[in-house]
Amino acid sequence: MSTTTDRAQTAGPPPAAPSPIARVHVPERSIASELRAIKIVWKRELIRFRSDKLRMVTSLVQPLLFLFILGSGLQRLSSTSTHGVNLKTFIYPGILCVSVMFTAMFSAASIVWDREFGFLREMMVAPIRRSSIVIGKCLGGATVAGIQGAIVICLAGFVKVPYAPVLILEILALQLLLAFSITAFGVMVAARITQMQAFMGVMQMVVMPMFFISGALFPVAGLPAWLAVLNRFDPLTYAVDPMRKLIFDHIHTNPLAQKVLNPGVTWFGWHVPGLLEAGMILLLGIGMLGIAIWEFTTTE
Amino acid sequence: MPGASDHNSSPPAISVKSLAKSYGEVEAVRGVDFDVEPGEVFGFLGPNGAGKTTTINMLCTLAKPTSGSATVAGHDVVRERDDVRRNIGLVFQDPTLDGYLTAEQNLRLHAELYGVQSNLVPARMRQVLDMVGLWERKDSPVATFSGGMRRRLEIARGFLHSPRVLFLDEPTIGLDPQTRRSIWTYIRELKEAEDITIFLTTHYMDEAEWCDRIAIMDHGQIVALDSPEVLKARVGADTVRIHTADDEAAIAALAEHFGLEATMSEGAVTFRVPAGEEFVPRLFAELGVPIRAVNVSRPTLDDVFMSYTGTSIRDAEEDSGKARSRAMMQMMSGGRR
Repeated sequence: MSTTTDRAQTAGPPPAAPSPIARVHVPERSIASELRAIKIVWKRELIRFRSDKLRMVTSLVQPLLFLFILGSGLQRLSSTSTHGVNLKTFIYPGILCVSVMFTAMFSAASIVWDREFGFLREMMVAPIRRSSIVIGKCLGGATVAGIQGAIVICLAGFVKVPYAPVLILEILALQLLLAFSITAFGVMVAARITQMQAFMGVMQMVVMPMFFISGALFPVAGLPAWLAVLNRFDPLTYAVDPMRKLIFDHIHTNPLAQKVLNPGVTWFGWHVPGLLEAGMILLLGIGMLGIAIWEFTTTE
Repeated sequence: MPGASDHNSSPPAISVKSLAKSYGEVEAVRGVDFDVEPGEVFGFLGPNGAGKTTTINMLCTLAKPTSGSATVAGHDVVRERDDVRRNIGLVFQDPTLDGYLTAEQNLRLHAELYGVQSNLVPARMRQVLDMVGLWERKDSPVATFSGGMRRRLEIARGFLHSPRVLFLDEPTIGLDPQTRRSIWTYIRELKEAEDITIFLTTHYMDEAEWCDRIAIMDHGQIVALDSPEVLKARVGADTVRIHTADDEAAIAALAEHFGLEATMSEGAVTFRVPAGEEFVPRLFAELGVPIRAVNVSRPTLDDVFMSYTGTSIRDAEEDSGKARSRAMMQMMSGGRR
């Protein structure tokens, strides 16, 4: 048709000498392509975290305040009841957990941003499973929160927690586990909440109570009955407790301080072992990841 | 007759049969049928709310049809969703780039999500970035890009995995006329280079001129489908404006010699006549009034839209906007029960 050539001319100069086209094709879906998708979604979280230096700094402010201001200040009140143990050492596992928790929730919040700024759509229409997107996102969020946790772990020496390699590795593993589970929880919530303000509201409503109830700032034995019940239902309890057990195994204290400050979580008098506690965090994380995947695959 | 449908050697790139979509009681698309031939630039034209985006979403596997069927690149949009997705590129109405990432990182992410062979990615990326003139900016974060640059990058991304059909939903919306024109130049050039089918929607009348064929959509239905030339020819008359030494005499002479009804409009004697360009020589020979200037304009697509729907596209837009907000209110109050 002559009209086509007419238009090609009005459209400006035709492309210079038709260069050989690097033609590609999109292969059928396979496990390898899903793994590639998971990897790039994960990597994107890291790229974004790296480019957001401010976030790295600001998210350190809160744990520092808790540890060194609150910790040092209250030390004077509590020196008799901590039986010679530094209060900062005691609250350290709790502060580590809550800072990981905040970072993980923020990572999950990026799904809400992605939806608002449209990028979620780019991922949703790709020829990959929705579960790959969700898994990539959870692993990415967990990694970012884990890095944040690692920075707090570096502060261990300042609060008289020894840099024993085994201890550090165990704490690192535990906080990574927590980071993964909390991100999964956040992604699960973000699947249904489409507005940032609402998400932030839910976050405040969930994170702060979980933090206060978990025993991050107090021993979990001898609590009033109602608080003990709440405490045993708080998932964060089972992240803080094993971490505190590990730390108290590595510091020199008298038996009384051990008994008062590190009583361990009990169910009807039975001491819950640290491994079981870690297993519960893992199971919860996997369960919430499953729900998140289900939510994303069932939305149109 | 549209030239494109003459060669039926290869199966259509898009084939749509009685496709319909309702949201609750709102019928967004009411049974549309059309085929798009391979290599065509096919435009969906209509006011906002006419059902264009809903149609494109069904073809892109983003929305499930309520009834009817459609194939894209030979694959059913419901049963073979992944096969459709592997063969199409998408440029949405709303931006879907990650502003934190650089242009290159955005493209790299896309290549990974689509599983493009790693060894071909750098060459391909260079090629599509060159095509839209963004190679030099590849390392800049997308957040620093202008609206037009972002749109170009999105178009490049849509091309990255060598799709057989590229869908563009309002590719130029919100851009200034100059940028719109350059976007169209890029689209045409890319099409020449890659030999792919392009399906797009627009509500700018002038943009439909860039298409090989146009479907005019109104209230969820296709009211006309043909090449821009044929559509305009169906509307008929061209508009002729003349400046003369004596306008009143000219109007009288037009009525007397040619049986044409002329009016004064914006200081010129204006009348409508089929095949206006061929009429001009007769006009000079037979009018009898000296003519100083003459201007012949062909019917615009706005005229075409008007002739098929009985309303201008702007009015239709306002109407459907009202209808949509009404429907929305109904849905919301219904949902609360």
